[in-house]
Amino acid sequence: MRPFRLLTLALPLIAAAFATALPARAQQEGVEPLRIIITEGVIEPLPFALPTFVAETGGAQEWAQRITQVVADDLVGTGLFRRIPQEAFVTNVTSFTDSVTYANWKTINAQALITGAVSAGPDGRITVKFRLFDVFAENQLGEGLQFAGTQSSWRRIAHKVADAVYSRITGEGGYFDSRVVFVAESGPKDARQKRLAVMDYDGANVQYLTDASSIVLAPRFSPDGGRILYTGYETGFPKIYELDIGTLARTPLPVPTEAMSFAPRYAPDGRTVIFSLAQGGNTDLYRMRPGGQPERLTTAPSIETAPSYSPDGSQVVFESDRSGTQQLYVMPAGGGEARRISFGEGRYGTPVWSPRGDMIAFTKQNKGRFHIGVMRTDGSEERLLTASFLDEGPTWAPNGRVIMFMRESAGSAGESALYSVDISGRNLRRVSTEGAASDPAWSPLLP
Amino acid sequence: MNHLGKAALLTVTLALGACANANRFGPGGAGAGAGAGGLNGMNGGGISTSALAPDSPAYFKETIGDRVLFAVDQSTLTPQAQATLAAQAGWLRSNPSYTAIVEGHADEQGTREYNLALGERRANSARDYLVSQGVPSGRLRTVSYGKERPIAVCSEESCYAQNRRAVTVVAAGFGS
Repeated sequence: MRPFRLLTLALPLIAAAFATALPARAQQEGVEPLRIIITEGVIEPLPFALPTFVAETGGAQEWAQRITQVVADDLVGTGLFRRIPQEAFVTNVTSFTDSVTYANWKTINAQALITGAVSAGPDGRITVKFRLFDVFAENQLGEGLQFAGTQSSWRRIAHKVADAVYSRITGEGGYFDSRVVFVAESGPKDARQKRLAVMDYDGANVQYLTDASSIVLAPRFSPDGGRILYTGYETGFPKIYELDIGTLARTPLPVPTEAMSFAPRYAPDGRTVIFSLAQGGNTDLYRMRPGGQPERLTTAPSIETAPSYSPDGSQVVFESDRSGTQQLYVMPAGGGEARRISFGEGRYGTPVWSPRGDMIAFTKQNKGRFHIGVMRTDGSEERLLTASFLDEGPTWAPNGRVIMFMRESAGSAGESALYSVDISGRNLRRVSTEGAASDPAWSPLLP
Repeated sequence: MNHLGKAALLTVTLALGACANANRFGPGGAGAGAGAGGLNGMNGGGISTSALAPDSPAYFKETIGDRVLFAVDQSTLTPQAQATLAAQAGWLRSNPSYTAIVEGHADEQGTREYNLALGERRANSARDYLVSQGVPSGRLRTVSYGKERPIAVCSEESCYAQNRRAVTVVAAGFGS
């Protein structure tokens, strides 16, 4: 076995690729390479074998079990994969370096095999190695990878392993090693308490960022994931704040105090902020560049709000009721002529540009129901993904393939919860949160 | 003498209250908000009466009527809303030491940020009418709560109608 090539990153996690220890094999003739095409509406989840990672040091056993479980949960949670129970295995993996006997995995119809090993160093660091095999093609898919980090980052290490597996099989970017900022809710409907909180994409590691003393709404991550923009009622009036996740320091966005400011979003540069200012019954979009004054971007006497930048920063999609009802429009980032892109039945709001740039997710209200939907950036190919009493506020996973949103139930005991769904409309599932939750916003993939 | 005077005032206040409520519970269903005053229980039981000083915020809220209601996705004032606001303006003119914050609200049938903007529109619609009736604009501020603070919590039109509102909250100064 050749020595691992180590790539040292600036973060607690260290990723490294190592050359395969196994002799390369020619791909089996007539066998399609392992690949899930996400947009093709997969019906049958791909069966994979994931033996509990081998503990290579004393004390690594528990980490190995926990990390293996998170890898499995990530993959199964996508709806694209099915884990074969370990009881069905005809063989087990006791050493990471043993060669793979493909026939043993073909027998149980494992399309993919993931093997891994965990060691816990005396310095409190955990190292995880893994390999991915295409069982029927009888070859290894990509290089083996190694991640190292502190014990407290064990879930991130697991998410990185799962992201690599997902990415190699789907050809898409991963999204498991990411966080979600949201509003944690408690209390009765007419006196709801709201706090900002962040969690891992799967609901773990919740951290509260504000107390419940004033209303907070609609947070958004900065492109580097380190700061959050949101609307808060600290002064009794809605104002925009920027919060540093590391220090929890809050800074108000300097806009005229008499004006109500809300709906803030970062531009891709992470410094420019676009937002709504409401004055005298008219809401328009403004932009604030670093050190600058608010620049007005729209001038219609209607409501212009819920802006979202295209990933290249050149355009903005937003909602406006200038036609009489809420609809979606796209304009140049510096303002100027806006082009309406939504023409279906009902009202359209909360547009969010996909991080891939190819689509816009939105909330649609029609005939007393709410939907989350997606459309091309020119408004074509509209598809509704969900329907309920109240679905609202989509946010994109970093890879642009999954959407999270809030769903609120009806009635006096109505509560909101977070849900996720594929852009194909499949795999609708509730995201686990301690209590009621709303207004999710996904971070970029963590570095 | 003093006692007699107070008794007379009480009588007058109750009569006015009843009258105002009779109007407010007329067509349009605007009365729901006024019900908060407890002056118009269906069975007449449990009414607690007290003499509301005409210059008190409680009088403003319960007797004048502190709120006006709106149609779905609208900020236009109905004739009834205009009448309520005219009475509010009269009170504010007569009580110049008070300032007011006009709160705009929306029902839950809309997206959060749009409803914030809609609530601001409603608050300003009410504010502008108060100004047109002679209330100095410097005594008025607006705030929108969007759909964050419903007063009625069912998910039916009977509740939504009460939540689409602009509420004038009077106080002695803004208290920065």
